[in-house]
Amino acid sequence: MKKLNVDYIADAGKKAKGKRPWFLDNPEVEKVLSITMAIAGELAVARERLDTLERILESKGIMNRDEIESFIPSENDANERQTWHAEYLARIMRIIQQDREALETAPDMNEAVEDLVKEFTEE
Amino acid sequence: MKKSEYSGQLPPTYDKVIRHDIFPEPTHDETARFNFIASLNQHLAGVAAGNKIVYEKRLKPNFNKENGRDFENRHEVHRALKKDPYWKTWSALRRNTMEMRQQAGRSVVLRQIDELNEKAEILNKGKSTLQLNSEIKSPRYASAVDIHLQVGGYDTELVEGDISVGANYDSGIFVTTTGGVGPGIDGGGRAVATAVKQKFPDFKPKRILDVGCTIGHNVLPIAKAYPDAEVIAIDTGAPVLRYGHARAQALGVNNVTFIQADVENLDYEDGYFDWIQTTMFLHELSSKSIRKIMSELGRMLKPGGLLLQVEQPNYTPKMDLLEQAIRDWDCWYNNEPFWSKMHGMDTKEIMRMGGFKDEDYMEFQAAANTDNGDVTKPAKSVSEDYGREALWTVFGAWKS
Ligand SMILES: C[S@@+](CC[C@H](N)C(=O)[O-])C[C@H]1O[C@@H](n2cnc3c(N)ncnc32)[C@H](O)[C@@H]1O
Repeated sequence: MKKLNVDYIADAGKKAKGKRPWFLDNPEVEKVLSITMAIAGELAVARERLDTLERILESKGIMNRDEIESFIPSENDANERQTWHAEYLARIMRIIQQDREALETAPDMNEAVEDLVKEFTEE
Repeated sequence: MKKSEYSGQLPPTYDKVIRHDIFPEPTHDETARFNFIASLNQHLAGVAAGNKIVYEKRLKPNFNKENGRDFENRHEVHRALKKDPYWKTWSALRRNTMEMRQQAGRSVVLRQIDELNEKAEILNKGKSTLQLNSEIKSPRYASAVDIHLQVGGYDTELVEGDISVGANYDSGIFVTTTGGVGPGIDGGGRAVATAVKQKFPDFKPKRILDVGCTIGHNVLPIAKAYPDAEVIAIDTGAPVLRYGHARAQALGVNNVTFIQADVENLDYEDGYFDWIQTTMFLHELSSKSIRKIMSELGRMLKPGGLLLQVEQPNYTPKMDLLEQAIRDWDCWYNNEPFWSKMHGMDTKEIMRMGGFKDEDYMEFQAAANTDNGDVTKPAKSVSEDYGREALWTVFGAWKS
């Protein structure tokens, strides 16, 4: 039997034959929607995995899921966790942070590369 | 507590799907991904229901103001919907979900494709119940676009002996129908087999033909209900037949012969079959081929024989125009080029093309999910996902 030489990662996402309709006025927005829904899916997958893990641990008597509900972090735990949240949010909200920085900084720090190219190539 | 329109009946989890020997084995996370997509489909059925409010509150009054009359047909409603932001968002999400389902199925299948192809080869080897013919090509109406976004259609072979498109079909249909077709994805076939047994207890078909069987999922319940019958299932696609045959073997159903053939050119003699069945087949045909195929089916059926066709309901003047326009969505946005035309036809007219008489015409509903075991009486779901629900119209006739 012949083995298949396939890039299964790229090929899984292959486009269906036929022109794709776009629904939103701005296709860029529709692409972001598509990426967002994929990420929502992956979050659900991670959540389900965690749920499986908890249920297995519980069934083996290693933990009780009520312990999760009644868990109170120690001072140190709390600090570590809140730091994690802060880092996480900063990472995903980066574009907005940078947008604001652009508003705040002086015009000469917002120089466009194109302008620089022009400036330094003009005789 | 009130049940949310957005959750409806919670879809069954993907682990309920029957894992036969050729089934593309999913990992824990792949299973979870299917669960997510099924839930998303269920949720979107609730979102789709909002189109009704859009229609009543925005589209109808606006249309009336501009034109001094009401909508007259589904195409006018579709044109109005297309401009509405609510419909656009729902449509963008629905299209994207169909694409996600394809990606999810293909990623499960392709990472293990060598093993799957090998398993199929072992199950199929030397069996006279699988007859392939490499001369047969998919007709252009079936291959010009990838129907319902199924990448590779029904016939793409990535390698010799490939079954990937069949395996992908099997892996994902449970999700697209939010589990409505049951663990064996055979709810349609089970409903038909049960209805025929209940309605016509004296019918003892000897030869049964299933046309456009794909992976044969809906013909297996019929073959099981009539174990002494010779059942022939034809399709133009070799990969789906290879997979379907291996699947039938794995499920222990041995009285179905899977044959690669084009129904437009079959050489069975006149009146060869006692029962000819098509399931979700007609809507994928061009109008020209429907005419030709109907006349062939009429020819091959024995006088006193039964023709039954399972479809989503056709549009009748009684069906609300919005429902028609929403049902048409699959045509324009899910690569079902003939869906709108076919569903706009009069089913009696389709039967006449096969030489059937109006007085012999019959029609009933068949449901995969029932309250009381009578498959012609569907259980009510909270919100319907038009075009996807496990409730079909069965129409046909006894040939006189
Ligand atoms: C939507 S699928 C049918 C699904 C299946 N019968 C079920 O129960 O869900 C349509 C099938 O018809 C096949 N087909 C299309 N044109 C055909 C033709 N002219 N002769 C035989 N098969 C055909 C396609 O390859 C495809 O597998």
